[in-house]
Amino acid sequence: MTATPLLTVDDLWVRFPGRAGLVEAVRGIGFEVGREKLGIVGESGSGKTMTGRAILRLVPRPGRVTARRLEFDGIDLLSIDERSMRRIRGRRISMVMQDPKFSLNPVMSVGKQIAEAYRAHFPAGAREARERALAMLAAVRIRDPRRVYDLHPHEVSGGMGQRVMIAMMLIPEPDLLIADEPTSALDVTVQLKVLAILDDLVTRRGMGLIFISHNLPLVASFCDRVLIMYGGRILETCRAAELHAARHPYTRGLLESLPWIDRPVRELATLERDPAWHDGPLA
Amino acid sequence: MNARAARAAMIEVDRLSVTFGRGRAALEAVREVSFRVEAGAAFGLVGESGAGKTSVLRALAGLVADWRGRMAVAATTLDRRRDRAFYKLVQMVFQDPYGSLHPRHTVDRILAEPVAIHRLDDAEERIRWALDTVGLGPAFRFRYPHQLSGGQRQRVAIGRALILEPRVLLLDEPTSSLDVSVQAEILNLLTRLRAERGLTYLLVTHNLAVVAHMCDRLAVMNAGRVVEELTVDELRARRPRHPYTRQLLQASLGYDREVAAQLETFD
Amino acid sequence: MTAARVRAWLLADAPASRAQARLGRVYLGVAALSKNPLAVVGLVIVAALVLVAALAPRLATHSPYGQDLERRLRPPEDAHRFGTDQLGRDILSRVVYGARVTLAIVVLVAVIVAPIGLAVGTVAGYFGGWVDGVLMRVTDIFMAFPRLILALALVAVLGPGIVNAILAIAFTTWPPYARIARAETLTIRESDFIAAVRLQGASPIRVLWGHIVPLCVSSLIVRVTLDMAGIILVAAGLGFLGLGARPPEPEWGAMVSEGRQFLLDQWWIATIPGAAIFLVGLGFNLLGDGLRDVLDPKAR
Repeated sequence: MTATPLLTVDDLWVRFPGRAGLVEAVRGIGFEVGREKLGIVGESGSGKTMTGRAILRLVPRPGRVTARRLEFDGIDLLSIDERSMRRIRGRRISMVMQDPKFSLNPVMSVGKQIAEAYRAHFPAGAREARERALAMLAAVRIRDPRRVYDLHPHEVSGGMGQRVMIAMMLIPEPDLLIADEPTSALDVTVQLKVLAILDDLVTRRGMGLIFISHNLPLVASFCDRVLIMYGGRILETCRAAELHAARHPYTRGLLESLPWIDRPVRELATLERDPAWHDGPLA
Repeated sequence: MNARAARAAMIEVDRLSVTFGRGRAALEAVREVSFRVEAGAAFGLVGESGAGKTSVLRALAGLVADWRGRMAVAATTLDRRRDRAFYKLVQMVFQDPYGSLHPRHTVDRILAEPVAIHRLDDAEERIRWALDTVGLGPAFRFRYPHQLSGGQRQRVAIGRALILEPRVLLLDEPTSSLDVSVQAEILNLLTRLRAERGLTYLLVTHNLAVVAHMCDRLAVMNAGRVVEELTVDELRARRPRHPYTRQLLQASLGYDREVAAQLETFD
Repeated sequence: MTAARVRAWLLADAPASRAQARLGRVYLGVAALSKNPLAVVGLVIVAALVLVAALAPRLATHSPYGQDLERRLRPPEDAHRFGTDQLGRDILSRVVYGARVTLAIVVLVAVIVAPIGLAVGTVAGYFGGWVDGVLMRVTDIFMAFPRLILALALVAVLGPGIVNAILAIAFTTWPPYARIARAETLTIRESDFIAAVRLQGASPIRVLWGHIVPLCVSSLIVRVTLDMAGIILVAAGLGFLGLGARPPEPEWGAMVSEGRQFLLDQWWIATIPGAAIFLVGLGFNLLGDGLRDVLDPKAR
């Protein structure tokens, strides 16, 4: 990790008023992100998606975000107005979602959408934006960028759509990318290709990456550090390479409940959930 | 080889082809696929999206009309139209537990439907038995699907498949939309049911680890064809013969820069 | 049992019987509807229409047919709250009895139209192929004519009268319902829960009736409710043109038509039944909007 973190999160809460009082989706978590690959792992309902959205202030109504500190590169993300936030969103912090189909405009060619994303943040003519978009398509390993430029979202496959989405999010050259299950809907081989692109961006350009996923083995092999979330809290933080030696019983339980190709067992271990993981003191 | 051939085949698929659409727009989703599954065995069909594995399953189930070749279950060759006896023998569990249960029917109604269709008169006993077998208590009987979690819904779907006491279960990615801890519970349930009831499984999945855990043998599909059939032991020993299988296996083991750089496209 | 215990029973996470599960669902629907103030206003108006129609003999101060030529064209006063028409008939009483005619039209049209549209649409959508082709072309032919014109032509053939007007309206109203039911069926047909019930060996009739139709019904109810305003207007229009209810039947549209010639000097003759048409039409529209939110099968 670098000396000055890109993003500092301290005591972050996301609350939703509901029929039976407040529902707390994220409960007082804190972490830092540098120019590295940070994995956030958890099951559904763990608060991992809301954490990513809260950073960009994209929590849906009527959810409320509070934090002691939510600071990106010296900017307090919670106190700036919506206009300043829009300048940061997309330009400096980008987000890739799970399903590209819902995030792309169906009636505009994918190339044009990437070019528009560029022009939204930089003063550039149509031709320059097109050149940039083509270069970006090539950078995400699309073989024939000129052909793909003119395709519409329904004409591209899931893997290509996700690469287009990543190209669109990366063309403003953000400092931090939040990727929420960016590869879960993809085949394993395509998934690997997409991850290689993200990996290059972090190692070569020094981008920070928050990689949100439910897939433990994938995060362990891809990220530098991992946060394990459960019930809106971070139960454990460890180096990704040492995830197999995780200490928290929840992390251990998750790992043991997974089937492995080379470790045959007759019966998979099932998770006994301890109420203390939800409310007890954190180690 | 001889010992295996001696055991009766429960599912036989011989040069099965499945086509979607007609004329120039026709798409051959499955091309001349053959395999056989012994009674009581668990067989995996593995591949990436578009490989045709689900089409094989749906053709076997009678949900797809345009197929050629020969398919047989329990030594009975299948027609295009299936009779009630077939459905009492073969049942299916779907991938998406949110889409496979009728949103306006209670668990009770969902389980009662197959019993009513087959005009069996012990509905009450069968519903109680099915709920008990899949590990849901009587408290779940009159709930609607939206009152259940994903894992509970998948248990209901398995209960519905079992209520007619079939001998073959077709499993279409039964755990791929569930959390890993819930996946473990469902896989354990399926393992237990197979052992207790002598069921035959045909499991379609993209997850090699799930196949390795559940099955004895598997066929790897790519672009509508079976590229290789192998035993799970061969898979574990990392001894697949076909380069496509080798690549799939490597990619399934997690992220690796070297592997990612060397990926090929197979057609 | 206290109210709180009834509520807890209805909202139980684990209902103990089919009836309890079903009632719990109904309760949630009613609770959702009652949270929407406009829908409640619509419901109150529609309920008032039903009440007025049921209690017409008690609410009416005079006979709806009784003429009193000495007291013709009286403005609203104590004896005649809404005044009298050109034949001296009490407008309040005629409007009150007119509620029965309107309610009959609405109920009969709904009873005829919804099942036809549902049957045609779901059968066409589920079976597809040539069945779909034939049924949808027939539907298209009906939809190619403006509704009022087609209804006029039918009434002209069948002869004027309230029953023929209802038949004509029903005949011209079903095609959009068939279209809606077909569109819904096309998406439902592909879902896994339909594949699952087919895999249990269910016959096409059983799949349609037990699994597809119940999911189409709610959107049809919403559409019928929203269309009621239009149906009342077409009925009134036919009455206005002298092709619906025959005089001296107290039908609101015919009453507006009769009052037209006195509109400038005796405004109440046309305005009071006109206001009744407006109010009931509005009520059905508001209720339909509220029902859409409650019955939407995609919600929850």
